[in-house]
This record gives sequence, structure tokens and C-alpha cells, in this order.
Amino acid sequence: MDWKRMLHTVNKSPTESDKLETCLRFTQAGHAVLLIENAVYAALAESAMAGQWPDKSSGITVYVLTPDLAARGLLGRDLHPDIRQIDYPGFVRLVTENDVVQSW
Amino acid sequence: MKFALLINTGPYQHQAADTAYQFARAALAEGHTIRRIFFYQDGVYNASRLSVPPQDDRHIVRRWSALAAEHRIELLLCSASALRRGILDKEGARVNAIDTDNLAPGFRLAGLAQLIDAGIEADRLLSFAD
Amino acid sequence: MSTKKRIMIVNHRPPHGTLHAWESLDLTLTAAAFEQEVSVVFMGDGVFQLLADQDTSQINIKNFAPAYRTFRDYDIRHVYVEKEALARRGLSSDDLLIDVNLVDTGALCRLMTEQDIILHF
Repeated sequence: MDWKRMLHTVNKSPTESDKLETCLRFTQAGHAVLLIENAVYAALAESAMAGQWPDKSSGITVYVLTPDLAARGLLGRDLHPDIRQIDYPGFVRLVTENDVVQSW
Repeated sequence: MKFALLINTGPYQHQAADTAYQFARAALAEGHTIRRIFFYQDGVYNASRLSVPPQDDRHIVRRWSALAAEHRIELLLCSASALRRGILDKEGARVNAIDTDNLAPGFRLAGLAQLIDAGIEADRLLSFAD
Repeated sequence: MSTKKRIMIVNHRPPHGTLHAWESLDLTLTAAAFEQEVSVVFMGDGVFQLLADQDTSQINIKNFAPAYRTFRDYDIRHVYVEKEALARRGLSSDDLLIDVNLVDTGALCRLMTEQDIILHF
């Protein structure tokens, strides 16, 4: 099998590290990206990532871990509309649904 | 599904050990299996029984020990990473003539080969790192 | 169940400032000794790990760079360096300790989809 579903997790904010930007360069159609820990700041509508997210036609889905958003006071903030919020059970489901998980 | 976890950062300083724990709890609650959690690099600090956090904070080390006992999970440390960072089992203390070991219950020193082995055996190997 | 998996180890950090490069190398050699199909990737600042002429004698840290030359002994043939990362740092493959495969992002993407396990350091 040379086509695999892949989950990418990133835990750095886009201004503290270029990991998210690098990860997105290696993200292909059918892949999922999950923002955890400090990477959840990237989900803010106005962040260094604004305008840099893959568009809807890319086949890439971006998720953000809700408990990490809440911890950082971001739940009530203006977040990027295409980024889906999930909790830990959702994180577990994403891992099972994808063949390979890369933690950047 | 069978998961193996790899933790490469120490407790408290970085959130990765907390994320790994919350993930493990959620996975087990969903009926998945975790056979082995491997601690590498600064991750070995998760195993020090000499850790004394303030009373109102979570006790990360004891939390791992309890999880392992409850779900029969192997908690393995890379021995080279552990020894150079002062995390010793009884044998390591004896051989190096050091007055105490400091491995918390449920943790064991192992070789890196056992991380590879965990990766082969599990359906998914997940790493949590800085 | 297959007892052989394709493992890729991706290096992002320069050597010596942190222990990441060294411990990643340890893991790489172990995986290879365990007869897994190992690929090693150097991207971003990770390309500095392979720079020739590293001399750590004045900082009293063990110089592990020569160990990259043992890749051949361990039968690690899949060594990839991100082309853009080298170029952006004013380096070429002539500056490196060992022979590597220079690859672009697209090629690396394809290689990633062939792996069973990918670990980043």
C-alpha cells in the first residue's frame, strides 16, 4: 500500500516555531492536521497563519483540541471557521482513522 | 486497537506528558489497549519517585504508576537516557555505588530495541515531544 | 503480522545545542540493528548535523558526528537531505560528512506515505 491516511499533530504556535508551516508543506489531500498545546493559538482567526491554511478544495482537514483552546482562554474568541474542534476522544478517533500519525 | 506511546519530554516543564496522559485515559476509556509507554530523552524524568510537586498540583509520576497498575501497561525507560540523567533502578545504583535508586513503581529500565519492538507490535505508535 | 516495518526518523535540530541529534542517532542505529527498514531525513536546521569538520574539543562535548559514517555499516541506505534546507543555508552536499540523497519537498512527501512509523526529533 503506498497511499496512507495520515494525521499530523503540531504543538507549537506559528510564531514560536516554523513546525506548523513545515508540517503543512508535507500535508496532502486526505490528510488531517491536529493543533494541540501551543499550536492552538494558530486557530485564532487573526494569527500568523491567517490566509495560509489549505483551502476547502485541498482535501485537508484541520482540527484543534478544544481542552487546549479552553485552557488558553481562546474558546470565546474569533476562531478560523474551517478549523474543527475536537476533544480527547475525538483525538483518539483521529488516530484510529489514520494509518500513520506524525508528531511534528 | 493497540497503541504504544513514546514520551520524549520531562514532566511539568512541557505539556507533552500531560497530553500523553489525557490521550491514554481517553483511549483506554474508548476500549483501546495500551501495552507499552516508552520514555526517551528528557521523558525519563517522568519516572523519578523523588518528584514532590505542590499539594494542589497533579502528581505526574504517581499518575503514570497508577495508570500502569490499573491497566497493566509496561512503563519502559531508555536506560542510556535514564542513567545519564540520574534516573536509576536498584541495579544501576548498586553497580555505580550510588546510595539510592529513584525509579517510581511500575517503571523499568529497558533498551531502545524495546521501543522499536513496541512500534512493530502496536497498530499505532504515537509520540509526544517538545 | 509483519515483523518488519518501515521507520522514518526526521531530524530538525542542529547538533550540540541540545541532545536531540545525538539521541535521534542512537535510535536510528538501534532501529537499523533491529533490521527494520530505516530512512533518515535531515530537514531545516537538522542539515547542520551532517556538516563536516565538527570539532567539539573546546566545549568538552563528545563529538558523535563521525558516527554518521557508520550508517553504511548498519546498512542504512535511505539517507535524505531536504534540498531547499541546504540551499537556504548556503550549503551543498560537498559540505557534508557522508553521501546523501538530495530530495525536494514533493519527493519527501512521497517517501513519507511509504512509511509505517515516522518519528520527529
